[in-house]
Amino acid sequence: MLRVDVRKQLGNLAIEVAFRSEGRVTGLFGSSGAGKTSLVNMIAGLLRPDRGVIAVGDDILDDTSAGIHLAPHRRRIGYVFQDARLFPHLSVTQNLDYGRRMNGVTFDRANQERIVALLDIGKLLSRRTGQLSGGERQRVALGRALLTQPRLLLLDEPLGSLDAERKAEILPYLIRLRDETGIPMVYVSHDPKELRQLEAQVVILRRGRVDAFGGPEILPGASADALALESRDRSPGAG
Amino acid sequence: MLDISPAEWTAVLLSLKVGIVATLVATPIGIAIAWLLARHNFWGKSAVDALIYLPLVLPPVVTGYLLLLTFGRRGLVGGWLADYLGIVFAFRWTGAALACGIMSFPLLVRPIRLSIEAVDRRLEQAASTLGAAPWRVFWTVTLPLALPGVLAGMVLGFAKAIGEFGATITFVSNIPGETQTISAAIYTLTQVPDGDAAALRLVAVSIVISMIALVASEWFARRATQRLHGI
Repeated sequence: MLRVDVRKQLGNLAIEVAFRSEGRVTGLFGSSGAGKTSLVNMIAGLLRPDRGVIAVGDDILDDTSAGIHLAPHRRRIGYVFQDARLFPHLSVTQNLDYGRRMNGVTFDRANQERIVALLDIGKLLSRRTGQLSGGERQRVALGRALLTQPRLLLLDEPLGSLDAERKAEILPYLIRLRDETGIPMVYVSHDPKELRQLEAQVVILRRGRVDAFGGPEILPGASADALALESRDRSPGAG
Repeated sequence: MLDISPAEWTAVLLSLKVGIVATLVATPIGIAIAWLLARHNFWGKSAVDALIYLPLVLPPVVTGYLLLLTFGRRGLVGGWLADYLGIVFAFRWTGAALACGIMSFPLLVRPIRLSIEAVDRRLEQAASTLGAAPWRVFWTVTLPLALPGVLAGMVLGFAKAIGEFGATITFVSNIPGETQTISAAIYTLTQVPDGDAAALRLVAVSIVISMIALVASEWFARRATQRLHGI
């Protein structure tokens, strides 16, 4: 269970968001500038709310009235960024292993093999990050976050920098992830189709506020952008 | 080949010792200060900034004289260090290393600071979400990515340290075998009749040392840059 009730002033944008999600996937939907990334950064602990509470399950991560602000590295929240952010000076294997080293956890071969198989990144292990395609980078970033055994996974437009074909390549992995790992996810997107496929509980953000909250049915279905995407993906050969 | 006399070798080896010790001691301090200046805002930051660059603009003799006043046997810090810790800088090679370290410090810090500023903070954020405490983020992400700048700073600092003259001679004088570096030896040789041949030999040696340092730094920087691009 994820509980968010925060306020934050960022320049002209006043973020004032409250919701409680029980879903396996919580989708944050809205146009750019709606405050999606800022909200995710607050959940990750990278940005401090001016006022409010953030809690995962029974654990309070932020509570400004009690002076609680857990540092990002103590939150056990995985974060997959739009731009992957793989460490360029480390190999793929070292990137995957980074979280385990930082958390001082003993190497768990079975877990590593399970996640490598889940994301189908076994062939990439010995590569340098500069030799990966966009889709491969995102899969490695997902694996790196999963291997820290997070209690919550934040995905900030993980498909945003990919073309339609690459998107279709990654989405099935995300659905498998949802079904096989049981880790709750917060999924940021401005593409209703992705959120529908993930059967997310949707929070629609508009200019820093919650515009609507509910199942995938509240997503705009007829936006020209989304229709164009869907028809392209349905055409033979895509994905 | 060059027929270098034992006395000249002494000056060359002393210069190398002074330059290497000054650089090795100054580097960790330089990295810490560069990191503070690059990543933090604090009260008095511009004063710290100015203080570091001061040796670059002050006449070296002034810096040397200030060092003598501060770190000399009767100086405020020098007297205390000698009495309580037994560390003496005045008229010792350690004093030469101190003078060289301070004179070369601005050149050492600047590339390190620029390279730390150039490290993508989003990678540091990613590291923290993976469970890395701030000091581990520094050791595992910031410093490795800033390595080309650290190496460049070390080479520049070393080159400056090995060529330092004014502050060193003012602070620790020009004692053969103790504080007479290549620069001081060349200066002495130009002041005596028939010193030209020996002076030219030392000139040749310092050119060779400088060339080796530059080539080595280029090589290290290229290797490090390749690593950073994930190749």
